[in-house]
Amino acid sequence: MRDFSYFRASSLDAARQAAALPGTMLLAGGTTLIDLAKCGVAEPDTLVDITHLKGLDRIDVNERGATIGALAKMGHIADHADIKSRFPAISEALWQAASAQIRNMATIGGNLMQRTRCPYFRGPANFSACNKREPGSGCSAIGGVTRGHAVLGTSEACIAMYPGDLATALVAFDATVHLGERKLLVDDFFLLPGSTPDREHAIEPGEMITSIEIPSSAAAHRSTYLKIRDRQSYEFAAASAAVGIEFEADGRTIRDLRVALGGVATKPWRARAVEEALKGKVLEPETVRAASRLAVEGAVDHGANHYKIELAPRVVARAILKLGETA
Amino acid sequence: MTVHIASTVHVGRHGDASDGALAEAVGGRLSRVDGPAKITGAARYAVEQQLEGLAYAVLVESTIASGKVRAIDTKAAGAAPGVLKVLTPDTIISLKGASDWFGTPPLHKTYCPLARDITFSGQHVAAVVADTFEQAVAAAALLKVSYDETPAIVDLSDGKAGDGIPIDAMTKEWGDAPAAFASAPVRICAAYNTPREYQAPMEPHGLIARWEGDHLTVWEPSQWLDGMARTYAEWFDIPFENVRLVSPYIGGGFGSKALALSHGAVAASAAKMLGRPVRLVMTRPQTFTGYGGRAATRQTVTIGAGHDGVIQSIVHRGVNETSMDGMWVEPLGSVTSIMYATPNFSSKQNVVRVNSVVPGAMRAPGENPSAFGIESAIDELAYEVGIDPLEIRLRNYAEQDPHAKKAWSTRQLREAFAAGAERFGWARRTPQPRSMRDGNQLIGWGVAAGTYPVRRAYGEAIVRILADGSVEVESSSIDMGQGTYTILAQTAAETVGVPADNVVVKLGDSRFPRAGVTGGSRLAGVMTGAVYKAATSALDQLVGLAISDQRSPFHALQANTLVVANGRIASPRGDGPDISIAELLKSVGRDHIEATGDTMPANSTAEDRYKNYTTIAMSVPHTEGDFSRHSWCAHFIEVRVDEDFGTVRVSRVVSALDSGRLYNPKLAESQWKGGIIMGIGQALLEEGIMDRRHGRIVNNNLADYLVPTNADIPDIEVISVGIPDLHSSVLGGKGVGELAIVGVAPAIANAVFHATGKRIRDLPITLEKLI
Ligand SMILES: Cc1cc2nc3c(=O)[nH]c(=O)nc-3n(C[C@H](O)[C@H](O)[C@H](O)COP(=O)(O)OP(=O)(O)OC[C@H]3O[C@@H](n4cnc5c(N)ncnc54)[C@H](O)[C@@H]3O)c2cc1C
Ligand code: SF4
Repeated sequence: MRDFSYFRASSLDAARQAAALPGTMLLAGGTTLIDLAKCGVAEPDTLVDITHLKGLDRIDVNERGATIGALAKMGHIADHADIKSRFPAISEALWQAASAQIRNMATIGGNLMQRTRCPYFRGPANFSACNKREPGSGCSAIGGVTRGHAVLGTSEACIAMYPGDLATALVAFDATVHLGERKLLVDDFFLLPGSTPDREHAIEPGEMITSIEIPSSAAAHRSTYLKIRDRQSYEFAAASAAVGIEFEADGRTIRDLRVALGGVATKPWRARAVEEALKGKVLEPETVRAASRLAVEGAVDHGANHYKIELAPRVVARAILKLGETA
Repeated sequence: MTVHIASTVHVGRHGDASDGALAEAVGGRLSRVDGPAKITGAARYAVEQQLEGLAYAVLVESTIASGKVRAIDTKAAGAAPGVLKVLTPDTIISLKGASDWFGTPPLHKTYCPLARDITFSGQHVAAVVADTFEQAVAAAALLKVSYDETPAIVDLSDGKAGDGIPIDAMTKEWGDAPAAFASAPVRICAAYNTPREYQAPMEPHGLIARWEGDHLTVWEPSQWLDGMARTYAEWFDIPFENVRLVSPYIGGGFGSKALALSHGAVAASAAKMLGRPVRLVMTRPQTFTGYGGRAATRQTVTIGAGHDGVIQSIVHRGVNETSMDGMWVEPLGSVTSIMYATPNFSSKQNVVRVNSVVPGAMRAPGENPSAFGIESAIDELAYEVGIDPLEIRLRNYAEQDPHAKKAWSTRQLREAFAAGAERFGWARRTPQPRSMRDGNQLIGWGVAAGTYPVRRAYGEAIVRILADGSVEVESSSIDMGQGTYTILAQTAAETVGVPADNVVVKLGDSRFPRAGVTGGSRLAGVMTGAVYKAATSALDQLVGLAISDQRSPFHALQANTLVVANGRIASPRGDGPDISIAELLKSVGRDHIEATGDTMPANSTAEDRYKNYTTIAMSVPHTEGDFSRHSWCAHFIEVRVDEDFGTVRVSRVVSALDSGRLYNPKLAESQWKGGIIMGIGQALLEEGIMDRRHGRIVNNNLADYLVPTNADIPDIEVISVGIPDLHSSVLGGKGVGELAIVGVAPAIANAVFHATGKRIRDLPITLEKLI
């Protein structure tokens, strides 16, 4: 039997020290990690259970923004009254993710770190080529089943889609990830696959996500997360959009706009071109639809995922227009 | 001596609670008697047995779709901690070939459940047995299997697949269909495809096997204890009586748990070789290749009609996939040939071999894809001639079975159309596609009909009246959630005359009186009949004792009949004693009364009985005698399609169904709704997605193989329009379990067309097909 040791961290430092050792992985809610261990993708020698660490599950919301501890549960954040009122897109991204049972187990630290759903990545017994799992081994997905794969941010080495909803909303609102003392914009925390798809995050051995900080903004206040999928619940996004908007005093002219895409890119995807095209414009359906097409500039499909290039701009446009209606 | 039975069969129109039947009686809305055990976790499923010395087996599957196993390097696995045995085709004991479910003798004398010749990806090639499950899993990962790979035919659309093998037995023809089609004023022709679909029961397949000498006990979820016991007996060359199958609860089967499968042979072989009980449970991915789901199908339907929409000719061609070495025929012309009256008809079917596991039965095999073809095609015809889709179905209503040319036993389909249309508000439908909307949502209304034949066989049961006045029923039939425990309790309670609370039903043990397969929606009709007979004869004995035994308080009364009701015995006029069953048994010095009842023809031999219970060869044709027997339904479905995103959501379902008399409307409604929900999944979500380079299904888990969630399911209204059909079963019921899924997918596809103007002929209707 594949033995591994289990270690319950008693302090943050102890956890980080242990996590610095090769073959060691942090265990939070386990909803990704145990799953990947069963698929034969994760084969940790040591699991460091961080779920007993004190004070890491706090949700603090004030005028400046929200600070959410890495061990806060997806379900708690989704239901938090201040998150719902000041950061609706965050709450909506969370409650549309996974299932109620998973949201009650899963932490947001683990949520950011969730891995791709690429079936080739998850199937080592049947598919030996996967650059993300085994650098240099090739990519089984290219030329295979690609319906769920990314159209943005891909490389020749990997086209795996980043499946998380929360991080999509976080990049839209310039959230930062706190790795103890070090802070990174969520946008910088996630890496493009390039030639090293095995490296997904700008996190070093011995580092751990301690919290996430989301600055307050008018756009975050008027925000939404629209997730489109074949199944109404418990499915990853075919395409999703986190959108926040701030109007000028006239209530029609866009002063600030935030747009990020989920379900279509190799990392949470900020669509700045759409934002720039619409800032200063009056919100009109035609203008919004035309600008939304910029969301998929440079997109490359691999056959079965072509529909995402059509779908994503429509999702963006609908989300922006929906926010406009409530103005 | 006559016995009075308060039978409700002829009393009312439906013969069930809607006529006022009590909850406990047949036709009453008694809640599931096994519900509390399941909800509290007290119900112990097959593989949850705790046995001394249990060892654990884990399967290793092929990673190629076609070729040969060159070698299996077992060194590392064999040396891994806790490993007891590594089974390969070379080391596993040799088994005898077993006959198939018709009882046809095997082609090969020997059988090896582990493959050397690979015909599909995911085939069992080896197994590892260890002291613990974790040890077995880890060791299984250490097996190194090398292959000589050959090109595979991955699916029906593979260029190498060819036209396949004509199945002459599927040909149905009358009139001159091609000629009538050629001369018809209106002609439509379209191709309809359904993908591989999977039963995906919550409880994965698995078993515990234990040998004691040459006696084998198998705890295994099973839709057919006697059939599976026969297969095990033949494999291991031991008498049928030496095999005991135990299966008290089944966590869903949908057709997939009716046969003993190769993983069962592996586990039972391992147990024999080790002299220890062995547990083997498939992983979820293994459940996608360890046995077959619904075969992928292709159909073309051509209809020739007049401008009035009256059909003059139907030409139907169907193809389904099967495996390289097994034969599965999914009868695609089954609904096509009976739903509508047509003077000219032709249906033929081919079967194409591909590198897949042999497909299997999945809820309404045949009828389900068949209905997708014909019920979509008639909708296309309706638009072609500009006639309402409901009206065109009525214009082509088949007054008798157009194929068998026999009268229907009962066909309440017209009533179903009327009741469903009324509740749904069909008359308010605007006919033009894209004519109904709510903001971004295009709204569509679709209708389709469904049907399922009444499959019949014979059953056997024991009914005991015990000293305390309670009643015990025993049968080797099973309850996989459809309600056997409950309806048999109702049947015994009503027949003997005791409260249903006082009836204990024991199922799921092959030592009990025998039952055939729980498949084809036949069990309820078969087993209520058997229990009714056994209970009637137990009651006869009881009343006989009361009247004639000298010690009975009724002896002096000289009555020629007595009434048993609510657990008490009295004379019909109430002029004698009134005592409980327990008191009577005590007075006559009996600790129980026992009666066996069966529905076999009177002169049946022991061999007939064995054949009836262990094969399906003795099923009674639904067109036997003067009648053609079927259940019928009509689905009215509303969808909302987002015009930008192409997402389809079902927002309203009204279905009217004719299953004859309902033994328990509450349970029947829940089965109908389950079928409709499964149909929604089939229409919108379910599809095995193939990596064509590897011939392998990649979405082999429940995160990626999508079935509906609660959020996908609107309120579903079901209406029973059935009446007792005594040509179909002893108590008047027809089939319930499979009927309701039939016709759901075409009703949704028709609604999608009405909403969007796009006709989707390939299931499932996913968003990229509509944007
Ligand atoms: C069937 C299914 C459906 C799902 N659907 C969705 C969906 O629709 N949308 C969505 O967004 N998500 C979805 N998810 C993913 C789910 O949200 C994640 O599994 C979950 O958030 C992970 O959190 P966890 O606490 O369980 O992490 P774990 O499984 O414990 O850990 C995940 C990874 O993060 C690492 N880790 C954990 N905490 C930290 C930390 N503080 N610092 C650094 N590293 C850490 C672990 O070492 C591990 O590598 C789904 C998951 C499943 C199984
Ligand atoms: S897309 Fe990325 S994760 Fe998937 S197989 Fe290719 S390299 Fe691996």
